[in-house]
Amino acid sequence: MNTHEKARIQEEFQQRMDYDELLNCMRCGFCLPSCPTYLETGKDEAHSPRGRIALMKGVVDGNIEPDEEVKKSLDMCLGCRACEPVCPSGVNYGHLLEEARDIIYQNQKTPFFQKIIRKIAFKGLFPKPKRLRRLTSLLRFYQKSKLQKIVRTLKLTKILPSTYRLMEKVLPVVPKMKEAEKRQKVLEPFSKKKKRVAFFTGCLMDSMFLSTNQSTIKLLQYAGCEVVIPDNQICCGALHGHSGEKEQAKEMAKKNIEAFENLNVDYIITNAGGCGAFLNDYHHLLKDEEEWTERATSFDQKIKDISSLLVELNFHKQSLKLPYQIVTYQDSCHLKNGQQTFMEPRQLLDSVQGTDYVEMKDASRCCGSAGIYNLVQTEMSMKILDYKMKQTRATHANVIVTANPGCLLQMKMGIEKEGLADKMRAVHIVDYLVEAYEYSKNERVS
Amino acid sequence: MLPDEVKEQIIEIVGEQDFQDSYTNKLVYSYDATPQFQAMPDAIVAPHNTEQIAQIVKVCNRFKIPIVPRGSGTNLSAGTTPLEGGVVLLFKHMDKILEIDEENLTITTQPGVITQEIINQVEERGLFYPPDPGSLNISQIGGNINENSGGLRGLKYGVTRDYVLGLEAVLPNGEILHTGGKLAKDVAGYDLTRLLVGSEGTLGIITEATLKLLPLPPAKKTALTLFEDIHMAAKAVSDIIAHKIIPATLEFLDQPTIKVVEEFSKVGLPTHAKAVLLIEQDGDSHKVEQDIKSISTICKQNEAFEVHVAQTKEEAEALTTARRAALSALSRLKPTTILEDATVPRSEIANMVKAINNIAEKYELDICTFGHAGDGNLHPTFLTDVRNKEEIERVEKAFEEIFITAVELGGTITGEHGVGAMKSPYLHLKLGEAGINTMKQLKLALDPNQIMNPGKMFAKSNRKKVVIKHEYA
Repeated sequence: MNTHEKARIQEEFQQRMDYDELLNCMRCGFCLPSCPTYLETGKDEAHSPRGRIALMKGVVDGNIEPDEEVKKSLDMCLGCRACEPVCPSGVNYGHLLEEARDIIYQNQKTPFFQKIIRKIAFKGLFPKPKRLRRLTSLLRFYQKSKLQKIVRTLKLTKILPSTYRLMEKVLPVVPKMKEAEKRQKVLEPFSKKKKRVAFFTGCLMDSMFLSTNQSTIKLLQYAGCEVVIPDNQICCGALHGHSGEKEQAKEMAKKNIEAFENLNVDYIITNAGGCGAFLNDYHHLLKDEEEWTERATSFDQKIKDISSLLVELNFHKQSLKLPYQIVTYQDSCHLKNGQQTFMEPRQLLDSVQGTDYVEMKDASRCCGSAGIYNLVQTEMSMKILDYKMKQTRATHANVIVTANPGCLLQMKMGIEKEGLADKMRAVHIVDYLVEAYEYSKNERVS
Repeated sequence: MLPDEVKEQIIEIVGEQDFQDSYTNKLVYSYDATPQFQAMPDAIVAPHNTEQIAQIVKVCNRFKIPIVPRGSGTNLSAGTTPLEGGVVLLFKHMDKILEIDEENLTITTQPGVITQEIINQVEERGLFYPPDPGSLNISQIGGNINENSGGLRGLKYGVTRDYVLGLEAVLPNGEILHTGGKLAKDVAGYDLTRLLVGSEGTLGIITEATLKLLPLPPAKKTALTLFEDIHMAAKAVSDIIAHKIIPATLEFLDQPTIKVVEEFSKVGLPTHAKAVLLIEQDGDSHKVEQDIKSISTICKQNEAFEVHVAQTKEEAEALTTARRAALSALSRLKPTTILEDATVPRSEIANMVKAINNIAEKYELDICTFGHAGDGNLHPTFLTDVRNKEEIERVEKAFEEIFITAVELGGTITGEHGVGAMKSPYLHLKLGEAGINTMKQLKLALDPNQIMNPGKMFAKSNRKKVVIKHEYA
């Protein structure tokens, strides 16, 4: 960062940061034990929520420059928001972090290569569902042709950094993208209609994790929902919002609000904790655009995670069964801290007959995936994952259930890293429930 | 900035990794949980053992560099704010429990262990470490000892001081001192253990402690009693104790406090009550039942309109946890919350509550009061905004009046938070000239260069609160 950039960042901090919110932190330190980076750095205050807020306030007050180290402290934050529910003062830490990152990234010169990558990813790829699917098809081609085999036999992945190498191993086998394209826009429930819901398909969920999306639709139909899937919806913008691309996120939010307006649905259902938390915060994202606030608020109020809907519809009281296995649940940070949904997934899992649910220690501590954190802050991410796997091992679980694509991939990497692939699998809660529902149904038929 | 020579020597002792002096690091160690106080240190150092600390202290003493030992920075008297710069000492590497001795009922620990961890470890063995300050999930035991922290169980079990049997400390000249031991009786010389407990880092650096443990009481019951009248609640407190019942916990919360705590914790606190008492008794199950019954009767005689006994352990824990969050939850109402811990003999609680409310009214301030009513230790908390200079002045005047009233009622200016920098201007109210002089002489005898946590305990004529040097500019 040069002097000019620093001055500009400082000025924008003074203009844009919510000073009341900064003052709302009374530095009691209640957040410290909840912060994964504070714990993993051996209690380094610079990597704690209280420390980061102090730094933001320090920049606003002019007591410190926004230098590389301040940026590092903010970059090191997972954005898991575990500090929010434990904060007695109710500081909206996530909002502060988003604003601070946006100011830094928009005012700092990024290296040319990084800039291009960001531009392609944030502007050219995620907001364009078709392009994303085409890219995913390439992955399918790679997986289905002999290419993957050749690459693996020749150990060509060795040139990749270890995290990417792990990632290559655990990416799901991608189904044909045509499945998404030929999907109907309105689907009838399989039983008596209880609710009419819209399905927010997401970007990664509707490409790389397409089969989980297909299961979600099926599950909603099983649960008695008429499902509407507007095809002009796009990526929620969470990755943008968390990475200092707020303007782009706002544009995407507006497109989604338009896409889901006037559908006459009870809820808008998501199956990714990260998306859900960002979607139900659109009113904050668009707070400075008066003509949008009301529309955003009514959009927000309809957002609901699938597990929460299933419990509301008493799906857990239906017959669900699986062969014996021990199952544990890894909270999605943004599902728990951003949407206060953490009992429902457990209720659902606990209701599957024939299985044992074992709660892991610190299940609500972040797994280290955190959007693209595991790719940009690999070292810290892997430390956090190691802790997570230690707790997972202690449960002797055969299945780790998650509720967000990032967590799912991260847990898969954890299993691979620990060499547990033959006795443990990671699965999205939706796929697990479809499995349990259909297993039970088949058993009854036979 | 530290002189280069000092920096080099400290790095030589602890290694590069455990010496930090970037602006970012200095800023994040420039505060504790006390509002209005902030000052940049010159460096942050994390030693690994007592020997390293002794060496660091010798260097600092030679160059007259201030040293501020710091735990998790949760204290409320600006005790760990480095007001005169210097070295902030962290104990993140000295965080091991060294021994739990089940024969002598003691635990020996390094200063960096989290208080809750001590409680967990000993309770697993059926033992009990009673001091439970509000921040026990975060605070380090070294900080508790230096501040002589209290907590919710102070009424029956006393405070940190009552559990410290022995200490290892590095004195300002670099000598390593050992006091006390695993002994129930020990009258060999002055009681240096007690001198160091609560000395707020002004006499030396505590590097190891041996603490007393009790057998874990087999049963515990928690009750919530609701009052229409705040003074009747205060009177019930005195009455319970006059009936020769000493509950483990006897906490008082007024209505504004109940409302915000409930908003945060959602445990079902009765927001329509003007005051509540949270009462906990422990011991053998028969006695606990009996006491809770008597307490209920006494509360009803004092016009409690409802008495609710928690039915499960979870419910009871939810209530005490909610109470611990009271102070921080209050900050939802206004940007700044400033609280004090003036303490009176418990028989004077009703008078003190009345006086506090009168003072708040006189200065036209918003006040919430909660606290450990059973031991006379109240936390009047003013809700204000640091940006409103005029109001802050009124807050300070009101506090001064509260302190004077407390002392007049036979009380003290601080029951458990310590003097630090926040209350040093009022220490004379409690101690008088002779008291202050004696303490100053002690301080100078042990720390002639005044390097240990300077700016605390003793008032300076000009109090500096926010001292941030714009070094980078």
